[in-house]
Formats: sequence, C-alpha cells, structure tokens
Amino acid sequence: MDLLRFFTAGNVDDGKSTLIGRLLYDSNSISTDIIETLTKQSKTTGINTDIDLALLTDGLRAEREQGITIDVAYKYFTTEKRKFIIADTPGHIQYTRNMFTGASNADLAIVLVDSRNGITEQTKRHSIIASILGIPNLVVCINKMDLVNFSEAVYNSIIESFEEFAKPLNLNEISFIPVSALAGDNVVTKSQHTDWYQGKTLLDYLETVQIVNSAKKVDSRFQVQYVIRPQTEDLHDYRGFAGKVITGHYHKGQRVTVLPSGIETTILKIEQNLKELTEAKTDDPVILHLSDDIDVSRGNTIVPIESKPRTEKEIIATICWMDNAAFIPGQKLILQQNSFRTKAVLKDVLNKIDIHSYKAIESDGNIKLNDICQVNIKTAEPVSFDSYSENRSTGSFILINENTNNTIAAGTIH
Amino acid sequence: MRKIDYLDQLENEAIHILREVAGQFEKPALLFSGGKDSICLVHLALKAFRPGKFPFPLVHVDTGHNFPEALKYRDDLAARINEKLIVRKVEDTIKAKKLQDAKGKFPSRNALQTYTLLDVIEEFEFDACLGGARRDEEKARAKERIFSVRDEFGQWDPKKQRPELWNIYNGKINKGENVRVFPISNWTELDVWNYIKREKIDLPNIYFTHERDVVVTDNGQLMANSEFLQLDQGDVIIRKKVRYRTVGDMTCTAAIESEAYYIDDIIQEIKEAKISERGATRMDDKISEAAMEDRKKGGYF
Repeated sequence: MDLLRFFTAGNVDDGKSTLIGRLLYDSNSISTDIIETLTKQSKTTGINTDIDLALLTDGLRAEREQGITIDVAYKYFTTEKRKFIIADTPGHIQYTRNMFTGASNADLAIVLVDSRNGITEQTKRHSIIASILGIPNLVVCINKMDLVNFSEAVYNSIIESFEEFAKPLNLNEISFIPVSALAGDNVVTKSQHTDWYQGKTLLDYLETVQIVNSAKKVDSRFQVQYVIRPQTEDLHDYRGFAGKVITGHYHKGQRVTVLPSGIETTILKIEQNLKELTEAKTDDPVILHLSDDIDVSRGNTIVPIESKPRTEKEIIATICWMDNAAFIPGQKLILQQNSFRTKAVLKDVLNKIDIHSYKAIESDGNIKLNDICQVNIKTAEPVSFDSYSENRSTGSFILINENTNNTIAAGTIH
Repeated sequence: MRKIDYLDQLENEAIHILREVAGQFEKPALLFSGGKDSICLVHLALKAFRPGKFPFPLVHVDTGHNFPEALKYRDDLAARINEKLIVRKVEDTIKAKKLQDAKGKFPSRNALQTYTLLDVIEEFEFDACLGGARRDEEKARAKERIFSVRDEFGQWDPKKQRPELWNIYNGKINKGENVRVFPISNWTELDVWNYIKREKIDLPNIYFTHERDVVVTDNGQLMANSEFLQLDQGDVIIRKKVRYRTVGDMTCTAAIESEAYYIDDIIQEIKEAKISERGATRMDDKISEAAMEDRKKGGYF
C-alpha cells in the first residue's frame, strides 16, 4: 500500500470542507464519538443538514466561531488501496500563504468549483498556485451539481472554460468530476443523477491515480543532515554522514563530489539501521562513509561527479511572501534549502505575478503578504541547487527573518 | 515509478525530522511517557543515530499516577539501549511550588504536569523537545506544525505559527523559546500499531488483554482501581478482561474491555473500533470542545 498526499483548494462557499467531510464520512473514517460531537455542534451552528461535515476540519475555536478555515488542517484516512494525507487549506485570498504551505508537498490538488458560478478568480488563483508548485495532478471537482439539476451542459461548459484558462499553466494532468459534496453524489458512491458521466467517483480516482513525477530528469542528490561521530573506544575513527537520499541512487564505490567545496571522493560504505547496503535509493535515510578524510558538514551536498547541480551565490526564484510585515530593502535574511543555511539578501524584485491572470506585471519594488514575485537573491555562501522544475527538493527554499526568526517567504528556483 | 510502502515513507519522514533536530539544536530532549507513541519514537531514534549515541536524553515527567508497568518498561528500556534518562516528579513540583493537588474521585494531574515540564525545560535549558503526539488524535493537534515554536512560557499561539513548507524545518528561535517537535505527526493510531507489528517492538503488557479490578464511571468508562482513586461508598469494583489503547495516568486513562492478546487481534480491534482513541480513553478531553487547544496554549504538549 502506498501513500498519497493531496490538498484541497476552494472557497468556503464552494463546499471544500464539506467535501472532505463527505470523503471521510462515506469511507467510514470518522469515529462515532466524533460524529456525536459534530451532531451536537451542528444543531447550534450547522446549516441545513443533519451533520455539518465542514465542522470536522475546522479545529480552532476562532475557525468554528467565524465559520471559516484559517490554517491548514491535516486529515488522514485509509482505504484498502491507499493511505491518504489531506491538507485542507483555506480559500480566502488573505490565506494564500497557508495554501502555499499545504500545497508544497502534495502530489495532487483538488480544486473545487461551484457549478452555479463556474470558474472564478479563486479557481484561477488556486490553479496558478498548483502550477507554480509543480503539483503533478489536478482534479477539478465541479460541485453543487444538485443545484443545477445535474446538467451535463453546465458541466461541459465549465470544463471548456477551465481548459482554456489553464493552457499557459504548467499543469500535467487535469481531470474533472461532477459532484455534490452535500448529498454525496460521485464522491464515494456513483451518482444516480449523472448517467451522462462515465468517469470515476472522486474516491475511485484518488485510489487509482498514478502519480507521475513532473521532473523530466532526476539526478542523484544527497544532503548531509548530521555528522555521526560516536568517539567511543571501538568506534574511534567512525565518521558517518547521516542524511536522506533526496533523489536518485547512490552505490558503494561511486565517485562523488562534495559541494560547495568541489572535492571529489568515493563512497566507501552505505549504512542503514546498522546494516551495510550496496545501494541506496530515493527517500532512504542512510549514513554515507567517504574514503577520504575531508571536511564535510551539515548542509553539504554530495552528488555523482558526472551530474553536478549548479552551485552559485546568486539565484533567481519565484517567491511567495508569507510575513505580515512587508519586505524592507536591505533586510537581512537567512536562506534555508533542506538542511543548508546561508545569509542572504533580496537584491531585486524582477516582477510580480498577477495571481488572477498568471501574467508578470511590473513591480514597484514592494513585496507584501501573499504577493508572488520573481526575485534575485544573493547569498553569502554558494547554494547547490537544481531548478524547481527539475527537482522539487533541491529547487525549493524558505527565507527566514534573521531578527524575528520567522519564516517570511518560500521560493522555487528558476 | 517505484512505489514505496507507506510505513517506509512515514518512517523515513520521522528519521529525517529526528536528524533535523540533532542538526539544528544545541540541547534537545525526547519526552518519554512510556506510551506506545513515545516507544516508537525511541525506536526511530535508534534507526536515526546508531551506532552513535542519541544526541538527547530521554525525559520523563512522572505524575505519580503512572501505571507501574509503564515505569518498569521505561527503566528497562533506558538500561537496555544505554541512554540517559532524566525523571522529574510532579509530586516535587507540587511541594516546591505549593500547588493545589488534583482533587475529585479521579484526580488528574494532567494540568499540573505542565508546571513540571516547563521547569525541567528551564533546568536543562532544553531548546527542543521531541514528542510522540499525532495529528489524528485531536483537532487542535491537526493544526499544529511539526516544528512548533513555543514562547518562554511554553505557550502555543495557533495564529502565529510559522508556515512549514516542503520538508524544510525552521527551528531558529530566540533565547528562552523552545520548539516542540512531533516526528510522527502524520501517523494514525493504526499506522503506529502496524509499525509496532512490522518492527516487532516490545510494549508494556497493559496494552494487551489482562484481568484487572476496575470501577465503572457514570458514563460507562472503566477505570483501574488504584490507591489514587477516591472511591465512594457505593462504588463497585469488578474484575474484567481489559487492555489499554492509550497509556496515560491511572486516574484519567480508561481501559477498554478486550480479549486481544496478539498484535493482529489488536489491529483488527482498532480497524473495527467505532470510537476514537482519545474519545474512548481520555477523560480530560471531554471537558470542552477546545480543551486541547486551551491546554496547548498554556504550555501543554
């Protein structure tokens, strides 16, 4: 059994939380004590249904009071075929940063569209964020079909306008499903009202969709997280570099380069859980031993000598600003890419992305909360990176305010 | 594309987080309760750091109301893996700070342990505390980050959470603050049991069926009879075959009737269970809708 991470985007009114509630409820993933609590709550706050399924995901008091989702909530359910991790992200424009957060490590995006309203500014914004973050698969749930008499014409016209809008976006695979989250049509069980729809229900789709890596080529990448040096009598000279194989393969005897120093060496040994491996692959948490006694520390990148990433002190990236305080020119920042950190300054704001049209517009140099911009960043130490379209992990970073320590932006490298 | 088993993915993620803690902090600690989740955390730490020593001690906040089986397990485990164990007692905090001890029929020191926890963090200047909390346990937890920054009073402010993107964890803090880190955030109760089965992890025997004297509460929960309960005249003690789904204090963790002796039986039982882990076993969450959110804001794990 494998694991699928997806996020849901849509306005409160599009029925996003209701859809998640429906998925969990109809797949028997909610316990009776929680249903009991919900029934109680629904009587006071709920709208026109026995159980207000939206209340399932709104975990904070302020959210329940205001009836909106403020922060990302994670939900889990398992079927016979897959384990699912759902990041339920808020839809309002003022929570773009939370959506960015929830979407960052998702394999798939569910975008909700209210069938009565068709494609809205929200729909566009959510799809654009999915595109910037390179989400491999996107499924558009055309919701509230019950309110348009399950009309095939309405469904088709929404598909048409979405496909037209999505042409310039970097989206791999787009699917469409007509649903009613409130009534349950085509969520877990096939609707009686959509004979004209031959496709899968949402759950069936989620259980069977093949997640394709959007990157064209995958180079081997490893970054050191922690140096293990027991310094005991019997392990006196032991010095292992613990980290995760970010992508690709590593094998014993392989010639590698340590970056940023550029020193070449050979992998002497690969260890995992006290066992020696001949080969390590993507996602394996291993300990690498190198044949030469060279200086390697946390944040260093170890790569095959024949496929080096770019290693530079200047990067161009698309960033999403996440701090309440606007950007101040000259502001001292820390850039963190996986476990690597360096001081950095944001030199130029090249342009701003219009979140509704995906067009680059001229920047006045200001960056405010939720803005998405293309920028030029200069770093104190060289960064070893790939472009985000080639590698979602070595091509992404966060910016930290050196003074407050808060994460103030997230970026994807060009 | 090669499919990775979901348990491997969860394990890899947890090991990655544990190593980030080791790499980012000066003085981390692993909060160990003797429960299955923190036992899994220790198992994951062995995988993350062996043949090296843990870059952190195990810390146990002993409420004084623990199951003796859990305490024995704790001491045996620390000795077996040869790692440092620090124990601080709520009893001592109550005396030193002249606090009001918990009262009532089932006196819960749940709220009091926050004092001891904050004291031990201050005593050793811990900058990061690893815990075995999971997001599926409770809806406030579902909103908490994997690296959760707490102010100098240990308080969680859900509105000021740092965005947490990709697998990048920002553990930078100011002096006096600390970070609570939850490496198994994305695991569910069932995942934990499947992992325990796969890895053949040894657990305290109270997780498996056994005979025990219990008192039935007004709402039907089974509480272990112990010296800590303040029983009334009319209370009847009955002997039942029970096990625990979660191990907290004897005064606030309820047992469930069960015949499950083997791990496969337990997994089957959880799959069929219609009541959530905390709902079945915790008295402390029933107080109000936002009980956990409020406790976290006050410095609780």
